[in-house]
Amino acid sequence: MTAIAEPAARSARRRGPAAAVRQSATVAWRQLVQIKHSPETLVEVGIQPVIFVFLFAYVLAGQMAGSRHAYLQFVVPGLIVQSTVLVTARTAIGMNTDVAKGLFDRFRSLPISRTAPLIGRILADYVMLVWSVVLLLACGMLLSFRIETSWNRLIPMFLLLLVFSFALSWASVLAGLLAKDPENVQALAFGLMLPLTFISDAFVRVETMPGWLQAVVKVNPVSMLADSIRGLLVGGPVAEPVTRTLIASAVLFVVFAPLALRAYHRER
Amino acid sequence: MTSAIQAHGLAKRFGETAALTSVDLDVEAGTVLGLLGPNGAGKTTVVRILATLLRPDAGQAFVHGHDVVRSPDRVREVIGLTGQFAAVDDSLTGVENLLFLGRLLGRSRADSRGTALNLLGRFGLSDAADRPAKTYSGGMRRRLDLAACLVGEPQVIFLDEPTTGLDPNARDQLWEIIRGEVRRGVTVLLTTQYLEEADRLADDIVVIDHGSVVAQGTPQTLKREVGRPTLQVRPLDGAELARVAALVTEVIGEHTIDGRLVKARVRDTAALSTVVRRLDEAGIEVAELSIREPSLDEVFKQLTVTGAPV
Repeated sequence: MTAIAEPAARSARRRGPAAAVRQSATVAWRQLVQIKHSPETLVEVGIQPVIFVFLFAYVLAGQMAGSRHAYLQFVVPGLIVQSTVLVTARTAIGMNTDVAKGLFDRFRSLPISRTAPLIGRILADYVMLVWSVVLLLACGMLLSFRIETSWNRLIPMFLLLLVFSFALSWASVLAGLLAKDPENVQALAFGLMLPLTFISDAFVRVETMPGWLQAVVKVNPVSMLADSIRGLLVGGPVAEPVTRTLIASAVLFVVFAPLALRAYHRER
Repeated sequence: MTSAIQAHGLAKRFGETAALTSVDLDVEAGTVLGLLGPNGAGKTTVVRILATLLRPDAGQAFVHGHDVVRSPDRVREVIGLTGQFAAVDDSLTGVENLLFLGRLLGRSRADSRGTALNLLGRFGLSDAADRPAKTYSGGMRRRLDLAACLVGEPQVIFLDEPTTGLDPNARDQLWEIIRGEVRRGVTVLLTTQYLEEADRLADDIVVIDHGSVVAQGTPQTLKREVGRPTLQVRPLDGAELARVAALVTEVIGEHTIDGRLVKARVRDTAALSTVVRRLDEAGIEVAELSIREPSLDEVFKQLTVTGAPV
């Protein structure tokens, strides 16, 4: 039996960390080309935060804080976190669609990094996240939200969103790989994401809740991220909530990334 | 002989169900092996093991000498896979789908584009190169999928039911493309439920059912050895039927009567001349005397219904 020799140069181009980064970027490129072909995706992703800003500003503001401006100052950072969580849920749906179509079987039969298809999708979805947050901030400002600290605080905010969404994405990837079909993912993702965002201080001050619930809200990573963004954009403590957010992100990553990778390698 | 694919005693269980009990394969480089079997026979499981997507519970498999379990990356360097459903990205154009895979495999943008355009041309998709794959017909999607699996210039390709659901025209086009790849020296393992497909494309056929091999050989040997040809004799005078039947049984060892025909499945076509001679000696005039080769369809039904070689 003769084994036909593979040119060594080609093999080298397909392995190692540099190759993995390049392959992830290629997978991300695919997602972005998808958006180019169906720009309506941008509307789909953008419409939810826009609706929520208007809903909260006009329907809930009076009840919550008396003035629209006062409530927006509180709730816009919360809505940014909600957007982050919802965009992450999309990761699960896209992942599941790729699995169902057999694209992941093809990826797994190629001599490429095992994590590139997962990381590439997470990166591309971060672009969607930036888009939805920019849209949300623009609408918020139209309705009297103001950045009270400094515009350049947006940079650490987006970096923090990147870290948090990257960590949370692994939970989403896991859901996408395990669920039977995209409808199933949708039910699962939203079933988890909605309580996660509402049992937090994203929309309502924690002091208004019963004591036992306050305990839950305080350990919810969504509260930590909302507090961080408030600190960065509106003013207030920054170091403490940001540190807590980074720790929560690390925990999410350490728990879910190995589970997601296991599910990806698992036999289907 | 140079083996491109070898497998010994492959077994795989999914919970309670045994998908494969023991499968051996040996595919010579540059040839086409047709893995034939009904739905649920274990064909896809064999392909997934060979394509490194699934680990066998027992047994070993090698592709170009690389162990699929121990060195899956080496195997992935030489294989191409198309699954049962065309794994193309619907929202991307034909050329983008192939460009994406070229880039993923570490080629330069220019090189990837060249390969993509070349493949699209070869597969008759040049005109549709810049249209999203979602606008493609079923046959075009399959061709694009096959093109996608060839971007990495694999030496062994696995085609899992490549023509299921295609109309005859699209199927013929795909067959022609597969033959073209074989002429270029590629080894092909294709699974199919269709005998005609195996008969037309494969150099060798392995029939599997309930997770194990029930027959193998070239299409010709399968037809000849597994399904034996049938001798048919029709006496001119219907009253002679019983005498003819007795005579046929004496020579061949069996007979069945079907209307005015006496039939017997023969082991050796030499029996034909003996029967002719004996009929002549007995003074029986015959209206028809023939040997009919079995169709591969009959062979397949025999094999998969009884579950054992006849």
